[in-house]
This record gives sequence, C-alpha cells and structure tokens, in this order.
Amino acid sequence: MSQREGFVGTLGPRIEGTPLLEVEDLYISFEGRVGLGSGLLGKKATEARAVDGVSLSLAQGEILALAGESGCGKTTLARTIMGLEKAKSGTISFEGAQLGRNLRKYRRRVQMVFQDPTAALNPRQTIYESVAEGLRIHGISRSKDGVSEEQLVARALSRAGMRPPERFFLNYPHELSGGQRQRVVIAGALVLDPEVIVADEPVSNLDASVRGEILRLLLQLRDDLGIAMLVVTHDLGLAWTIADRVAVMYLGRIVEVGPTEEVLQRPLHPYTKALLDVVPEAGGVDRPFLTGEPPDPTRIPGGCRFHPRCPAVASGASAAAGVEDRCRGQDLGLLELRPNHYAACHLAALETREGNGQARVLSTPETSTS
Amino acid sequence: MSILSVRDLHVDYRTQAGPIPAVRGVSFDIEKGEVLGLAGESGCGKSTIASAILRLLPPGTEVTGQILLNGEDVLRMKPGRLRAVRWTRASIVFQGAMHALNPVQRVGDQIAEAIIIHGQGGEREARVRVGALLEQVGLPPRRIDDYPHELSGGQKQRVMIAMALACSPSLVIADEPTTALDVMVQAQVLKLLNDLQHELGLAMLFITHDLSVLVEVSDRLAIMYAGRIVEEGAAHEVFEDPAHPYSRALAGAFPAIGDQQYRMAPAGLGGDPPYPTDIPSGCSFHPRCPLAFEDCPTIDPELYVAGTGRRAACLLVNRPQPVEAGA
Amino acid sequence: MRPPPIEPPIVAPPVIVEEAPPPVPPGGPGKIAWARRRRSLSRSWRVYRKNVMGMAGLLTLILFIAVALFAPLLADREALKVTCECNGTPLSSPSIDFPFGTDNYGRSVLALTIWGSRISLLVGLLATSVAMLIGAVIGLVAGYFGRWSETLLMRITDWFLVIPFLPLAIVLASVLGGGLFVIIMVIGVTSWPSTARIVRAQVLSVKTRPYVERGRALGATNWHTMTRHILPNVGPLIFANTILTVAIAILSETTLSFLGLGDPLSISWGTILEFAFGGGAMGGGQWWWIIPPGLAIVFVVLAFTMCGFALDEILNPRLRER
Repeated sequence: MSQREGFVGTLGPRIEGTPLLEVEDLYISFEGRVGLGSGLLGKKATEARAVDGVSLSLAQGEILALAGESGCGKTTLARTIMGLEKAKSGTISFEGAQLGRNLRKYRRRVQMVFQDPTAALNPRQTIYESVAEGLRIHGISRSKDGVSEEQLVARALSRAGMRPPERFFLNYPHELSGGQRQRVVIAGALVLDPEVIVADEPVSNLDASVRGEILRLLLQLRDDLGIAMLVVTHDLGLAWTIADRVAVMYLGRIVEVGPTEEVLQRPLHPYTKALLDVVPEAGGVDRPFLTGEPPDPTRIPGGCRFHPRCPAVASGASAAAGVEDRCRGQDLGLLELRPNHYAACHLAALETREGNGQARVLSTPETSTS
Repeated sequence: MSILSVRDLHVDYRTQAGPIPAVRGVSFDIEKGEVLGLAGESGCGKSTIASAILRLLPPGTEVTGQILLNGEDVLRMKPGRLRAVRWTRASIVFQGAMHALNPVQRVGDQIAEAIIIHGQGGEREARVRVGALLEQVGLPPRRIDDYPHELSGGQKQRVMIAMALACSPSLVIADEPTTALDVMVQAQVLKLLNDLQHELGLAMLFITHDLSVLVEVSDRLAIMYAGRIVEEGAAHEVFEDPAHPYSRALAGAFPAIGDQQYRMAPAGLGGDPPYPTDIPSGCSFHPRCPLAFEDCPTIDPELYVAGTGRRAACLLVNRPQPVEAGA
Repeated sequence: MRPPPIEPPIVAPPVIVEEAPPPVPPGGPGKIAWARRRRSLSRSWRVYRKNVMGMAGLLTLILFIAVALFAPLLADREALKVTCECNGTPLSSPSIDFPFGTDNYGRSVLALTIWGSRISLLVGLLATSVAMLIGAVIGLVAGYFGRWSETLLMRITDWFLVIPFLPLAIVLASVLGGGLFVIIMVIGVTSWPSTARIVRAQVLSVKTRPYVERGRALGATNWHTMTRHILPNVGPLIFANTILTVAIAILSETTLSFLGLGDPLSISWGTILEFAFGGGAMGGGQWWWIIPPGLAIVFVVLAFTMCGFALDEILNPRLRER
C-alpha cells in the first residue's frame, strides 16, 4: 500500500445517531522557552507535542477508558476536553455542535473528577459549599421543579453514597477520609446533572480496599443516571473492571481502541501487548518489558512512533513480515482491523488482513521528525 | 538463627492528643535469603515497622518488644553499636526515595558517603565500589558524577537501591520502592530487586500496598490491618486462597485482566481503613467485614492456625463448622 | 488464579433510585454559612488562647487601646494646653501629683502619654489600612493574572521597595506639608510593596492548586475564583502581615514626628519625643520626659509583633491539615 494511511474517526459500539462527545484531529502542544539571545540567533523553542492527532468519540452512557503511561498525553487530552487547556488545532464537538468560545453551557453538562480528592477540595470550604459551588457558579438556586439549593446538594451527596447527607454539610475536608472526599468531589460533579463525567485517575490516590466502592459508584451512576464517562488511568485492571471500551495512548496518539474484552484479551498493537505483559502477576518477575528510552514528547521518532521500542521490530518479526521499512519510515493512523477494533500498526494490519478501514486522509501538519 | 526476629512489637506515637498506637503487637521472622512481603493500606503500621527496625522513629515514640537483628536486640543497643549496625547489617530503601537524594550532591558521592562513614574504605576505594554498585543495579558507571536531576525516576530508584547495598547488608527493607513509578519502570525495578536478592542472598522485607506486586517477589506474605498482622503464610497460598476476609478484599482490589468475575463488578469494601486513634472493638475489621457475625465486635481474634505454615486472625478460622453470616 | 470477589456486604448500600428530594435541613444556606463561620472562629480562638506569646501581646494591645479610647476619663484634656492652671513646675521629676513628671511647659507627661496614644495608634492603623489595601490589590492582580500585568505591577513594586523609606518620606512630607493626613498617606504609600510581594507569592501558590482548577472546570469566572478560592486562602496571610505592618507604621510615625515632619499641632508619642529632644531633655537629664513615651512605643510595637507571630504560627496552613 503506497498511499498514506490516514486517521480514522472511531465511532464507538455501533450505536446509531451522533456520538455525545467527539474529538477530531486534536493537536495540543506546549512550547518550551527560548532565551533572548538564542531566540535572536534563530533557535526555535522546543515543542512538546502532548497530543499529536487524536480522534475519538464517546457515546451516550458509555464508559471509555483512556489508558497509557505517564507522558502519553491522556491527562492533557482530558483537560483539553474540559476546556482547561487550549488545543493547537482540531475540534471538540458536544452533541454534534462544535465548542465555541463560551463554554458555560457546556460546562454544566460535562463535569470533571480529579485525581487527588484532598487537593481538589478547598480546605477552607465546608462540604456543603464545595458541592454547592457548581450551582452557585451557574446561578442555580432552585431547580425547575422547585427543589431548593440545599435539597439539590443533599441529593447529590446522597447519590454519591454519603448518607445521611445533612450530617456532612458542616464538615471540612480534613475531617473526612480519602474515600469520602472523593465521594464529595463526585457529588460536586453530580449536582449539575451532567451527561458526561471526565475522571482523571479517580481511584489511584485512594486506599486499595476503598477503590472498589468508588468504582462501583461510578458504574452505578452510569446504570442509573445514564452518565457517560471518560476515565483516564494507567491501570489496565481498572479498565477491565468498568470500561466498555479502551483506548491505549502512546506519545500523543491513540494506538489501539476497541471493546474492552477485545483490546485486553486479543490485543493487536505491540505496545498494548507490552502493557499487558507487564501487569504484575501475569507472568512472574521474568515477564518481558520494554527497554529503551521512555517516550519524550519533544523528540517524537519518525515513522511509527513506537518503532524504536517495539518488540516486534527488535525481534525481527516485522522484518520477517516485510513491513520493517514501513515501521521505520511511514507514520500511520488507526485502522479498523477487526470489527470496531482499531490499531495503528503495520504488522498487525498485515497479520489480520482485515484492514478494510475507511482511510480518511486528513490534512495533517508536517509529520514528526526527530 | 533468623536474620530478623520481631517479637511482640508495640509502637505508640506521642502526640498532643495522647499516645497513638500505630503497631499493636506484631511478631515475625525473616530467615537468611528469604523475602517477606508486608502488605496493608494507610494506617496499618507497615511503614512504622520499617522505621522501627533501625530505630529511625521520631524521638519520644514508645517502642516495646524485641527486634533481634542477627540475634542482637536493636531496641537495647547502645548508640555507638546502633550506628555501626545501621546500614551494615540492615538498610532501607525508603518510600519516595527519589526525593531522598540531595539535589546538590553528585549521586556517586552520596552512595560513597555510606561506605566512608562506616570506614569500609577511603575515597578512592569507595569510588571503585560505587562504580561496581552502579553496574550491579543496571546503571552505566559514568553516571557516578551525575546530579539527581539528571536522572529519571527509575534511575533515581536504582541509585537508592545501590545506596542500600553499599555496605553489604544481610537484610534490605524496601518500603514501597515502586509505588511512584510507571508500570514499565516498576517491572524493571522489581526484576532488579529480585535478581539482586537471589545473587547476593539477601533477606528482604518488602512493604507495599500492592498485593499483586508482592506475590511475585515474596516467599512469604503477611497482611496488616490496624496495627496487627491479620494473615500470614506462603505468598501464593495467601494470595490465591486467603483465609481472612480482608486479605480476600485486598486481593480483589487488583483484579486479573481476563477474569470474568471482575468484569463490570468491582470488588471493594465499604468504609475506610481505621485511623489508629479510632480502632473498632473486638475484631478491628468487623465493621467492614462481609462475614461478620455476633461474636466479632466482642472477641479480639489472635492469629489462629489456618493450614500448614498459615495463620489468620479471624474467628471464622477458629470455628470448625460453617457459620451463618448475619448482622 | 484470583480468589473470587467478596459478595457485597450484607448491609448493602441502598440502590440509587430517583428518590424524592430529602427534607430541607434547618435554615437555609445563609444559616449554614453563619454556623460554619462561628464554628471556625471559635476553633481558631481556642487555638490562639493556648499561645502564650499571642495572649500576652493581645492583652497588652487591649490595654493600650483601652487607654486610647478612654483617654478623656483618664486625663483631663485641659492638661495638654500649655496655659492650663493644672500644670506644675516645668521639668520636675515624678511626684504624687505628676507620676511621670512634667515637661518644659509644666504639662503632665502622664497626660501627654495617655493622649498621645490616640494619634500614634490611629495613624498606625489608618496608614496600615492604606498600605494593606494597595498591597493586597496589587499582589492579587499581579499574582492572578500574570504575564504583562504581573511584570508591570511587580516592577513598580520593586521601584518602591528599592527607594529608601526615610528619604522618600521626608521628601514627600516636605513637599506635601505636614498634617496627619499627609503622614498617613506617606506611610501607607511607602509600606505597601512588601505586602504586595507576599500576597503575590501566596496567590501564585494557591492559583495552581487543584481546587482552583476544579472551579474553572465548573465554569467559574475570574471574580468567583478570586473571591471564593484565592482570597480566603490568602486572607489569613494578609491579616498576619497586617498586624506586623501596624507595628512598623507606628514606628514610622514616631520617626517622622521625631524629625519634625509630623503634625505640629497634635500630640503623639513621636511629637513628645521631639519636644523632649528639642527641649534638651537628653543633656538635662530629664529622663521622665523620654522614658514613658519611649516605653509606650516599645510595648505597643512588641505587642503587635507578638500577636502577628502567634497568628502566623496558627494560620500556617500546614498545621491545619491532618
């Protein structure tokens, strides 16, 4: 195949209708600083391409896990979806409409849950005030059916599992345990009746025995209230537990995405396979792990960005299959290699021979070179 | 004779609000070349034990019991002997070790410091030994003159391990050595620890909250809750067939990918691990225990035998007949 | 192989069903806010009470403020007039009638000191208010908005910081004339830079905290973030800094008055010292003229400083978290 494989939008499990949240060709980068002297001499600032061309979609009531190691761009992507960072190019659409400059209405319907519940709560505000903050920002003192602010706060706390809610109104964050604080953060997100919750490592700062309860709460919120979720995590076990679909990110791109059972039990991309191999207990201490330099967003390799560390290249498997040149020289996007299961890998494409992806060639900015 | 023998250890922190019992009667042994994994969550006292072994707790902390390091009681050592023993008999890789490095000192000098303090060599011999240590932990020897900020998280952790090995101790205490690392780096460091432990015949006390990590590296496992050991036994046995409900819950928090019974069914416990100031009566786990029955709030279980080489502190283990679980 | 997961506990948490909204808790959000404020204040007070230094400082301050407030009851205003019949022999040492002796006009130094407290404290407090207001606003704006506004404001702050206080004060006072208002302005305008720097540093630290980001994610405007999150977390620091600044302001007023730049018509501790110096009390050995106002200044400044330190210890956020 001589033409460039382009990027493919992933449209979730085949649900008819527009996806709830859609991201297309998102590019987000951070610039380093250049001193005055070097700048005058023509030195360019180093650009860290945190998100380097990502398209994904979230359907209603779906839980999508965004997995990867640190530095892969998953947190940056989540924060940009929340409007906390600006994208260099690309679009984010909610219910089919692109986001404009005014994000107020959008923010009512898409809420965020943070990684560290202790830091996410103002230590000088009571629980009541922390949860009511969203209502106050949007000027909601009564709901449409006449429910007052206190009742809305109580309802949100109760939905988040804090019962009886009134008991916690006057407490301060430091008087609660870690699990309870995270429930308060979740209540703060629920109080505006959102349709999407973006959760950034929602349980990694919590004690192990408490994690299950919080995850169960998230599942319950999806089941009872129909809230869709984008869960950012480094833990594939978490994805296995609650996610409908998993998207694996590496160096700013999604390298594999599909239904959880598919991706985690029949992975196509060598990076996914490496991540799965490295999960403790799977193969004992002598399990294989990736060598080489950890990924650096300022120096993205040419060709397939994973090729310097790819076990298939290192072991000669890709050479044997005849795709090694492409691995080294040809950048590629996600290809639909199995029904609804996409991966960005030359070798996997060859092996599955099902690459019938509608390769939508997108106009991308200059491809990366080291 | 065991390398480390802890007998009935009690540790109380002194605070304005009165003494806080962090460790409430812990006993265990580690033989030569054996790895004991100590698992538990926040407030269970595992990090306190790590510091207690080398008497690194803040002044004013009350420590009772016996800590026998190669037969000598650490708690009764004179300061001179204690200083001599620290690092040469047992050393620690601390939690958040990456932040324990002095940012304005080269890493080679920091490792050499231990060697020189213990009179195991002058500057030149220390430097040679440091080079060898760096190689042993998988770092190129030229890194000896780097500053900490020039190293990645995983590399810094390796430096800390090299430091712990500097005086050839017989026991290494690793307190959450891989917690802040990425999964790939975590796997590398674990493999390194495992290899080193086998090569050098080290005894290790491996402390972490991540049970799945422990199962790989430990020979035996001890699970702590609210300042006590609630289960102990061979690592694989405890992990695959836990006798104590808490061990079962802790194991369930790290589900195996591909295991259908955890798919869309996160396993967890209600409530939170108790603060040391607020330990429930009777069995300290009973408020969260799914199998609690009427005796649990009143009787404080000891470690009962639950199989060969296995013990668990649960009343259910002590009862021959099955019990109807009811509130 | 993993062990099977634990069955949910027997007392399972109730399933989340769309239930009727719970009954309204007593009072509304307003009452809740007041309850919280009262609780928090009483808690802070209990901690403050334990601090010996803070209590000593506080009691001293209360004493001085009482003296200033009740001055008319403690000493006759007439005694301040040079022509009062109640005056005694000039420059007489302490006696029963005049516990602190008399000045060169025969006025009771005690009366002077008591009345002097009014001006000294008043100028100190007002000048500090000016300084704090300017400093806090500039620090907040510079810290929060950053970039060019920060650069601009901080360079202006640096300019004011670098200029030595006394020459600037002297020049300003000479150009603008004497008088209380001018003194207050002069001290205020020269004291705000340090407040601005401290406030800016704290704002920078608070700005990056996750709960501020959470507010942004919820859709907060800049105003909301500044008033709800930044100010309450910067407020205590400003308060502690204010207390310390009052001490400095009182000292500054004393200095300026001593140098003759104050209001010649008002009596403050500084002007008493000015007259004493001018009247040759140093050489003449009239210690009773110098010591009372001097000690008064020392005690008041010390009291403010001790309170400020105690507050600083208490309001340090590290002590609040578990």
